[in-house]
Amino acid sequence: MSLSSPPADRQKGSAYPKLWLIAAIIASLLVSQFVHLNPYFSIVVINIGINIILAVSLNLVNGYTGQFSLGHAGFMAIGAYSAAAVTSFGGARWFDSLGGVNNATTTSLFIVALTIGGLAAALAGLIVGVPSLRLKGDYLAIATLGFGEIIRVIIQNTETMGGSRGFSVSGIYTTIFWTYTVAAITVYVVVNLVNSAYGRGFLTVRDDEIAAEAIGVNTTKYKVVAFVLASFFAGIAGGLYAHFIGYLTPEGFGFMKSIEIIVMVILGGMGNTVGVIFAAVLLTILPEVLRPVQEYRMVIYSLMLIILMLTRPQGLFGGITWRRPAWLRKKRTPVEDGNPA
Amino acid sequence: MSPCSSIAGSLTLVRQLGALSLGAVLLLSACGKGGGGASGDSIPVGEYACLTGLTASFGTASHNGVTLVMEKANASGGVLGKKIRLITEDDQSKPGEAATAARKLISRDQVVALLGEIASSRSLEAGPIAQQSKIPMISPGSTNLKVTQIGDYIFRVCFIDPFQGEVMAKFSLNSLHKTKVAVLTDVRQDYSVGLAAAYKDYFTKHGGTVVAEQSYSSGDQDFKAQLTSIKGANPEAIFVPGYYNEVGLIARQSRELGITVPLMGGDGWDSPTLTQIGGPAIDGDYFANHFSTDDTSPIVQGFVKDYRAHFQKDPDGMAALGYDAAGVLLDAMKRAGSADPQKLRDAIAATKKYEGVTGTITINEQRNATKSAKVLTIKDGKFHYVETIAP
Repeated sequence: MSLSSPPADRQKGSAYPKLWLIAAIIASLLVSQFVHLNPYFSIVVINIGINIILAVSLNLVNGYTGQFSLGHAGFMAIGAYSAAAVTSFGGARWFDSLGGVNNATTTSLFIVALTIGGLAAALAGLIVGVPSLRLKGDYLAIATLGFGEIIRVIIQNTETMGGSRGFSVSGIYTTIFWTYTVAAITVYVVVNLVNSAYGRGFLTVRDDEIAAEAIGVNTTKYKVVAFVLASFFAGIAGGLYAHFIGYLTPEGFGFMKSIEIIVMVILGGMGNTVGVIFAAVLLTILPEVLRPVQEYRMVIYSLMLIILMLTRPQGLFGGITWRRPAWLRKKRTPVEDGNPA
Repeated sequence: MSPCSSIAGSLTLVRQLGALSLGAVLLLSACGKGGGGASGDSIPVGEYACLTGLTASFGTASHNGVTLVMEKANASGGVLGKKIRLITEDDQSKPGEAATAARKLISRDQVVALLGEIASSRSLEAGPIAQQSKIPMISPGSTNLKVTQIGDYIFRVCFIDPFQGEVMAKFSLNSLHKTKVAVLTDVRQDYSVGLAAAYKDYFTKHGGTVVAEQSYSSGDQDFKAQLTSIKGANPEAIFVPGYYNEVGLIARQSRELGITVPLMGGDGWDSPTLTQIGGPAIDGDYFANHFSTDDTSPIVQGFVKDYRAHFQKDPDGMAALGYDAAGVLLDAMKRAGSADPQKLRDAIAATKKYEGVTGTITINEQRNATKSAKVLTIKDGKFHYVETIAP
């Protein structure tokens, strides 16, 4: 994890997040093993989980580091197609060499596919991030938007990945357990990273880049780290999506998908993980709840977004700082609690 | 509080949450069972279509066709003594949504059959869900070969891409008596490449020669280089299996270059935009289509009249396909004498010579419709029926 050398007291401080990470993973395991959800509900629940991963990871770039990226769907596409390529083209060989299709081999194949998807997206994030993160504000937004479209067009013209026709993924491996385990890890990494001494750098870049440079923070490095990490999780989310929906088309990863994720981040409150999770849940459930009103569904949905933005421009949870209740709070050193950078 | 008791506390919380969600799920699944199924006084039929979004014009047209059939059936007392309850879900033309909509229709509304989609990519997404749940699905307009290869519960009422190529090859040989033809393909579209290959295959095997082959990409604006080269080869006709936007421009530019031989194409031409772009240049050209409002058969004329009365406009190919998809389903329901999905599937698979508005439909072993195609010509900005070509 990126918390390479936390001070001794930090390790004590992060015992609580580690606990809920384990709790979340156990809960998702219990739900997917023992609870037989109606298939429609489980589709919605998995969709929510994937959207949480996408929104929370994008929040690291757009919210905490203050860089406006419009290309998140592009990274998701890279992860989705790479992971799908691994299971579709390498699956047969994997099963042959490891002794047939069973639980252990499919699980390990899926983990490998997801990891490769995440790494491929992270690599793309690095390649795009290094030159373009020197740009600021609108210029960065346009550059990342361009990148997202390039990815889509490349996939559209790659015959081995189905081109514009789309690509059938060979296995449906994504379960509630996998989705929420990844979601919990994503939230854990982002929250812990931002709250670590190292992670304060992201916030300084957002709050005042010039001041950050002046006190010796390598702003470009922080931006690239945030970007690469966000791309990594977006890639894994893509891999989960690919092995959940079973059929990939390049149009699915267009500009509109990036916008959807950004709306979750803005609605939840930039730089507020709890708010962003809430927004991801809300914005995934809302269109489903509104199904009975048929064609007015998207009108009502859009109207609600407008009203929310008018009444709470800082986002649903924006401006609210989440503190542990007093009885759970531990003594901290003044550097962390008293003087946030 | 010590760390230990906080762990214990969290675990209790997890346990409580688990019990709570288990209870909630049981409650929800109990609710879900009550409403659906064919056991009530109506038969639930699901439809997922792109009513909004990019391809909304296709989705709404096919939805109109479907509703027309269901209303007619219900007005005459329903099927098997029960009313048909059509439940339609919009997938916003968005990838990912079709799967959710299909799941919702199957597990929530417990539909006995699914109708949808026009776009092949979305049929491919929802198809595996229908197959896995053993609910028959009929696609009105997905022409991609792979759709019905998903499994034995997936059907379609439209013809497949290669068939159109063959139809136009037959038409150019037997009706237009042309033996020297040039082919101009859109390499970006799988559809166009497939049509061109099937055309060339049939045409050259039956005595024709392809004198020139050129290609372009969707979005191109200038085709003069390709057309000049085609002109040099002196073809008697040009086969352009592309979409209406480029075809309109190709028609204009070919006439500007002094090419007077007719152009031919497939159902990608079927749009009013074609004549808006092509203008008089496109007059006298031919294309294969699913349906023509000019068709004089009483079934088609009855459909056109009903459609006009209901929706105050002329039906297009997608409306006709939606109408036939629903028609085939109800016909199978009557023959099966039951709304059981399994029996319904068998009955759909056994569909023979169903008289639809897009032709006489027989479902073959690959679960595709074998039926005739209509060839239309363009005159004064309007499409006119020329002839029907049987498979």
